[in-house]
Amino acid sequence: MRIEYNFAFFDEGSKREIRRATLKAVAIPGYQVPFASREMPIARGWGTGGLQLTLSLVGKEDILKVIDQGSDESVNAVNIKKLITKTTGIKVTDETSEATIIQSRHRIPEIPLQAGQILVLQVPLPEPLRYYEPSELETKKLHAEQEYSGAWLMLFEQIMNYGTMSTGADHPAMVHDRYVMAPSPIPRFDNPKLNHSQALILLGAGREKKVYAVPPYTRVESLAFEDFSFEVEGFKNKYCGLCGAKEVFLDEMLDDLTGETFYQCNDTSYCLQRLNQKSAG
Amino acid sequence: MGYVAVKGGIQAIEESIKRLKYERLKKGTVLKFQQIEGGMRCLIDQVMSESSLYSETLAAMAIKQAEGSPEEAVFLLRAYRSTLPRKHYSRTVQSEDMSVERRISSSFKEIPGGQILGTANDYTHRLIDFDLNEETEHDALEWLREYALERGVDNDQADLSNLPKTLDYLREEGLIPTFEINSDEPDDVTKESLHFPTSRSQRLQILTRGQTGAVTSLGYAALRSYGALHPTVGELRIGKLPIYVDSPFQDQKEDEDAYYIGEIKVTEVETLFPAEVQKGNGEKEIEFEIGYGICYGQNETKAIAMSILDRCLETANPEYPTHNEEFVLLHIDSVESTGFISHLKLPHYVTFQSKLDSVRKTKK
Amino acid sequence: MIKFEQPVLSINNLNKQFGKGCPSCKGSNEDSLKKNYCPVCGTVYACQNIMFEVYAGEILGVVGESGSGKSTLMQCLYFDQEVSSGEAYISSYKDGKTDVFAESSQQKRYIRNHMMGKVYQNPLLGLRINFTSIGNIAEKLIAAGNRHVGKMEARGKELLEHVNIPIYRMKEAPKNFSGGMQQRVQIAKALSNNPPLLLLDEVTTGLDLSVQASVLDLIKTIQRELQITVVIVSHDLGVIRMLADRTMVMLDGRIIEQGLTDQILEDPQHGYTQHLVQSLL
Ligand SMILES: Nc1ncnc2c1ncn2[C@@H]1O[C@H](COP(=O)(O)OP(=O)(O)OP(=O)(O)O)[C@@H](O)[C@H]1O
Ligand SMILES: [Mg+2]
Ligand SMILES: [Zn+2]
Repeated sequence: MRIEYNFAFFDEGSKREIRRATLKAVAIPGYQVPFASREMPIARGWGTGGLQLTLSLVGKEDILKVIDQGSDESVNAVNIKKLITKTTGIKVTDETSEATIIQSRHRIPEIPLQAGQILVLQVPLPEPLRYYEPSELETKKLHAEQEYSGAWLMLFEQIMNYGTMSTGADHPAMVHDRYVMAPSPIPRFDNPKLNHSQALILLGAGREKKVYAVPPYTRVESLAFEDFSFEVEGFKNKYCGLCGAKEVFLDEMLDDLTGETFYQCNDTSYCLQRLNQKSAG
Repeated sequence: MGYVAVKGGIQAIEESIKRLKYERLKKGTVLKFQQIEGGMRCLIDQVMSESSLYSETLAAMAIKQAEGSPEEAVFLLRAYRSTLPRKHYSRTVQSEDMSVERRISSSFKEIPGGQILGTANDYTHRLIDFDLNEETEHDALEWLREYALERGVDNDQADLSNLPKTLDYLREEGLIPTFEINSDEPDDVTKESLHFPTSRSQRLQILTRGQTGAVTSLGYAALRSYGALHPTVGELRIGKLPIYVDSPFQDQKEDEDAYYIGEIKVTEVETLFPAEVQKGNGEKEIEFEIGYGICYGQNETKAIAMSILDRCLETANPEYPTHNEEFVLLHIDSVESTGFISHLKLPHYVTFQSKLDSVRKTKK
Repeated sequence: MIKFEQPVLSINNLNKQFGKGCPSCKGSNEDSLKKNYCPVCGTVYACQNIMFEVYAGEILGVVGESGSGKSTLMQCLYFDQEVSSGEAYISSYKDGKTDVFAESSQQKRYIRNHMMGKVYQNPLLGLRINFTSIGNIAEKLIAAGNRHVGKMEARGKELLEHVNIPIYRMKEAPKNFSGGMQQRVQIAKALSNNPPLLLLDEVTTGLDLSVQASVLDLIKTIQRELQITVVIVSHDLGVIRMLADRTMVMLDGRIIEQGLTDQILEDPQHGYTQHLVQSLL
């Protein structure tokens, strides 16, 4: 008994259905469109939402980049890339500017995305109001009525308790002045990149069975109070120990020998590109 | 010459995958599907039920590949299932048409058609049978021959494919409410995600493909304390059901045009729950309400637990988590729960760095 | 008592039933009911043909035995329960010309957030028991559109002081508070955005006498200072006597008597009221 898999794993009917949900998501920026999320050959929570979007969109001409936590080489990124190339045979790249589809977990690349590119973000928990309201039926009503007190209250509580907004990653954002969305666990540092992005940004949550989107040139505003502005992670006076980059998201490293802390670009392909330019020039 | 990325990741993964294969093969034995199909009936039934894919052969393959882990085997089958287009829906199956292999009722000693114990572990002592160590294929064939002879003498006369349902007896007496047949097209949870409040067809589908352990645990919780239901098994039957699909070419959906495409083995359970009802004359009466469970293969505990949860979710008592449909239905799926728990093994460097930044800010 | 032309709140023919009803009890035929309960089908007619008006700056008392429908009435007024039939007009909403019961749930939410405050008989329903006390107050302020942490915090502190909750406990969750303290946090929350209409359901029940007195004093002071309109429910005629300008008496889901509080106390008309007044003396 031997069976061949279809191009891009799914049967064509399934792909079409996911694309329909995606179109709806693009038409209603920030709105979580339910879809019949399929079980995938990788585990729920490992990027099945993003993977389904990518597989439903990918064509033979596409060039794919997959990153996890900023790295093209991370275990999960490699795994996803392997599955997609195995079932499509398309080209992969590490270079952000070369890719037509970029699937990512927890980061938006440092190199600005361009018109025509699609960024697919993997989402573990799509509901920004879940902390405030455990029931799905209730949060659905809250979105419908544009009642977002719960999201603000969460931030207010953080300020009361810790003196600052202490969302790590996944700081909620208002999309097109209508829907509050969970931007997936990207660091606050990447939130501003969602605003007026030239590329189409799609977000897929496989386990929670939701797709949502930030179409190109859409207003995305991180929630903040009048007297507590939204702040990105600070890497003041810090720079990448390899390429010297400043004002990028840095990984904190510990030197085994000296015990000293040093920093490196979290976006490894960006770092590499800078190193190569330096050595060429 | 430029810099290149460290390809450590790829290599490490490949080594890990090799290691997995090594563990499967290191003792030098290769399991045959036939051996799994022949000797691991219960595991196959469990895996088919949780995968909601009925194929013993594919289940056996998945079990081999998964080295016997049901969680992993279900995962493989579900992923495979995603590549299959749904081309037909079968005609409605009537469980009266079951060719019954086992049938018990704990409500009545004498049921029309009789109790049939069939295959079950229930009546064995759970003592490890050390003789199995010496069992040979020759012994097996010998035993089978004798068993066939023995059965030949005592030939059962009953028609096992037309046994009446035990509950019909109670229904005729007016002890359980009668309902019109509901012929609405069921919702298909594989085509459209759950929306709350759910329909009963959605609930039954999620329950039947639930992880055996999870369904059992929640059913047990409802039985033991949360709702303290104590049902009686009206009828538990196991056997094969014939499946037909309508002819795709005929507009008229006549019985005789339908195609027989095979049979599936299922466990079906109807449990009875006493409940108070208010009658027209102002008096209260006790009636029985029904919980329904059905699973692929022989999965008796799961099917009974399913029938309990079906009843819980119909009642929807807000006091108990076991009666809360979001609580039950969103947390019993094997692929979803094991996947999300295992994702904690993925690196969370960026999120952790971001949290670290917040934590440091709060310390200032 | 000066009465202005237009009532702050006017209720017309409000009915609320729990259960579908049956031929024997449809039309809430009084003879077929045992109190407000249909013995045949088990339907409860919790509120029947309720009509009343409340004027600006007035305190309206609602008194009645346990189970007479007081809390149900308050829940209907605050849109926690959908009415079975009836109309309600609020002068501050669309000039008091639109039936608010017929508005969308989004509009109802708006009315509740901007024009009403409520203290629930059960503090679990009125508070987020695990959030900070100040956060509980802020929730109402946020819902009414506030986005300034400093201002909301200042307002919260002011209110907590008002209701005698020490400021140093404002970051504690009400789950750790005594029943009386929880009730006082609820009052602070209900008052937070100076609602023209305040609904109080058994605010003093279960409190010891000294706390009871201080809560009643507090309500009285606040009401005088802010000139808000109050509907207060109690089964305790003592509370009503102390606070209410006018009083309605409820029995089995119906209003059996209403008028100036003094009048009702001095010259009760209905047998039930006479009984109630006697027991007070
Ligand atoms: N959710 C509900 N479902 C069914 N019946 C209800 C519900 N809520 C209230 N009732 C019924 O409505 C009637 C009025 O109840 P309500 O809580 O309004 O009384 P109350 O006057 O506030 O009493 P108390 O003084 O004890 O607070 C009661 O008979 C109660 O059983
Ligand atoms: Mg009450
Ligand atoms: Zn009735």
